[in-house]
Amino acid sequence: MRKKGTVVIAMSGGVDSSVCAALLVKQGYSVIGMMLKLWSENGHEAENRCCTPDSQRLAKNVAAQLDIPFYIIDAKNDFYDAVVTPFMQDYLAGITPNPCLRCNRNIRWGLLLENAQQIGADFFATGHYAILRHNKAQSVRLFRARDDTKDQSYVLHVLNQRDLEKTLFPIGNYLKSEVRQLAIDFKLPVAVRRDSQDLCFLGGGDYRDFLRRNTQEPFIPGKIIDQHGNVLGEHQGLPFYTIGQRKNLGINSTKPHYVIKKDVLTNSLIVGDKETTLKKEFFVNGVNWINGLPKHSHLRVGVKVRYRAPILNGTIQIYAENQVRVFLDEPYYDITPGQAAVFYQKECCLGGGLITENADSRSEG
Amino acid sequence: MKNRPRIYLDYSATTPIAQPVLNAMLPFFKDEFGNPSSIHIFGQKAEGALENARNTIASFLNCRSDELIFTSGGTESDNLALRGVALARRKNFGANHILISPVEHHAVSKTAQQLAKIFGFELELLEVDSYGLVSPENLRQKIRHDTALVSIIYANNEIGSINPIPECAKICREFSVPFHSDAVQATAYLPLNVNILNVDLLSIGAHKFYGPKGIGALYVKQHTPILPMQTGGGQEWGIRSGTPNIPYIVGLAEAIKFVENYQNEWIEHLQRLRDELISYVLENIPDSQLTGHPTLRLPNHASFVFDGVDSQKLLMLLDLEGFACSSGSACKTGNPLPSDVLLAMGYSPKLALSSLRVTLGKDTTQEQIERFLTSLEKIIAKIRS
Ligand SMILES: Cc1ncc(COP(=O)(O)O)c(C=O)c1O
Repeated sequence: MRKKGTVVIAMSGGVDSSVCAALLVKQGYSVIGMMLKLWSENGHEAENRCCTPDSQRLAKNVAAQLDIPFYIIDAKNDFYDAVVTPFMQDYLAGITPNPCLRCNRNIRWGLLLENAQQIGADFFATGHYAILRHNKAQSVRLFRARDDTKDQSYVLHVLNQRDLEKTLFPIGNYLKSEVRQLAIDFKLPVAVRRDSQDLCFLGGGDYRDFLRRNTQEPFIPGKIIDQHGNVLGEHQGLPFYTIGQRKNLGINSTKPHYVIKKDVLTNSLIVGDKETTLKKEFFVNGVNWINGLPKHSHLRVGVKVRYRAPILNGTIQIYAENQVRVFLDEPYYDITPGQAAVFYQKECCLGGGLITENADSRSEG
Repeated sequence: MKNRPRIYLDYSATTPIAQPVLNAMLPFFKDEFGNPSSIHIFGQKAEGALENARNTIASFLNCRSDELIFTSGGTESDNLALRGVALARRKNFGANHILISPVEHHAVSKTAQQLAKIFGFELELLEVDSYGLVSPENLRQKIRHDTALVSIIYANNEIGSINPIPECAKICREFSVPFHSDAVQATAYLPLNVNILNVDLLSIGAHKFYGPKGIGALYVKQHTPILPMQTGGGQEWGIRSGTPNIPYIVGLAEAIKFVENYQNEWIEHLQRLRDELISYVLENIPDSQLTGHPTLRLPNHASFVFDGVDSQKLLMLLDLEGFACSSGSACKTGNPLPSDVLLAMGYSPKLALSSLRVTLGKDTTQEQIERFLTSLEKIIAKIRS
């Protein structure tokens, strides 16, 4: 049983990571469970999505049933610094962050992977839906999961070869329905938990309330204007609005208005009709190429601009190693600065980066 | 991960039940299952066992058997002592001041904090030195005529230090203030004669000395004011109602006999291993410090801080190599807060989060300690690298 090596599985108490742990045990690995204790707002611990005392108990039960060692890794301070603080800073700077990316980059494939390596683990596994293939050139490629509706390659595009080399995604080749069945077959004591897109530390609450409670910055009201400069109303502070938002703008008008831009310099919220939210071109900064910089400067790719968006056809032009300009074949709505744009060729994820405001924004270098 | 080697070095957390203890308990689950309050033969047998057990323990503590109250363990004994006496002293004498050491087990400190927060008592902490020891002089300065109760831990669970209980008791006696001591860790190794200790209340719990979990006792000296915290059928002189847990009480008494029989043997064996362990660590592991007193400490207890070592990680790595230890503090769910005890002794929060407690027991061998030390040295070097 030592032949396969030791693997650390990141457990959450949920069905996916629990089934992963069971599969790894069955495949003959020597398995160790670890669970991250992430940051929760004071007084809101029980609402946290991924590490409530309840999910700790569940994960512990699974580990006990599988007879594997189980440890809780305290990542509260690291998570706060690497994820929560930038999350708030981004909102205050007028962009809409995706904290899961920073968590994957700095916490899961950072702190947790470090812990796994420190105890001498050969592999590191998570319950993400994605597939890894090792090709002959010794490099690892990331592919979309078999279950299209569950694919999580979008949030994994931040990983590099060093991360992926040791990584296993045991359920990437299963459908969610099959994973549920496996949990039943393995008789795992996992609760039926609703899949949720909420951020773990918001615990189902509104990010606006979270910002009000947790930032010292004053929120300064300003003008809501249309593209022609007509003043339509007053906003309560730019961080409280997201691109594409239609509701609760407080505009007296018969036709719907959508947020198309947050202008931090003039502290104004720019709105327009549905048509104006459509965009064909945008820049992407801080690009991570999973298998290195592509050889050609122009590529036909599929682009995903949000976790739940479809893959759109387009062309990318590589400006600098980590900066790309995207030309979509068809315009798409709500292209939001701060969200990731992730590039695919067929099922293979090439990498991705963060959408930036305008074509005129400079490279981060 | 089956067949991992497992070496247990956490006897302060709990101990395995000894075979004679288990044997003594078994008949009382099934054949002699009666309720001691019943008039019939079943009840009489149970009552006989109950009073027999009480006598065994009373003779060990050198107290009257009607001064013993069986509880569900150390935690309940501490709770009953503090809450029961504080409330009775307030009711009878208007005493409103509680004095405890800053190195108490949470069973005492959290109870005292609740008495302060919810019940309006004035809670004051004694001072401790860098070994975690209270001084009788400091007690004399802080004790008052309206002090409801003083509570000082006999031997500390985290750092093993042994407090000067008789000296403190004498001062309390002068002020006619009831004095409680938590002897949960002390029972297996230290003198427990309540006349010499001169205490009014003493807590013990069986699972720290090869007895079962979930059973303990509180010694309450005659005429000590105390209110019941659990009311009902009036068992245990009305101070702790509820049908007594006969098999476990029998187990507690048998474990006390076990201590009486083997205590000297253990002390000799463990003190030598402990000293070897401590001197090896201090000599061979850089930036290591012993926490607690070097000699006034439990014979089975070694505790350290290692600068720059995260104790959660250390415990995990030790566990994976098969060594079961503890950080010493009560916290366990990956939510490490620095121990109040180490902070009170003057350690920085960071250093307090690098603690390790190694506690030995009757089955610990020289070879286990040697293997442990080899691993410990390697693991600490690895964490620091
Ligand atoms: C000093 C001390 N007091 C009280 C207790 C509480 O004992 P129990 O958890 O068995 O109630 C313990 C056990 O950890 C202890 O070490």
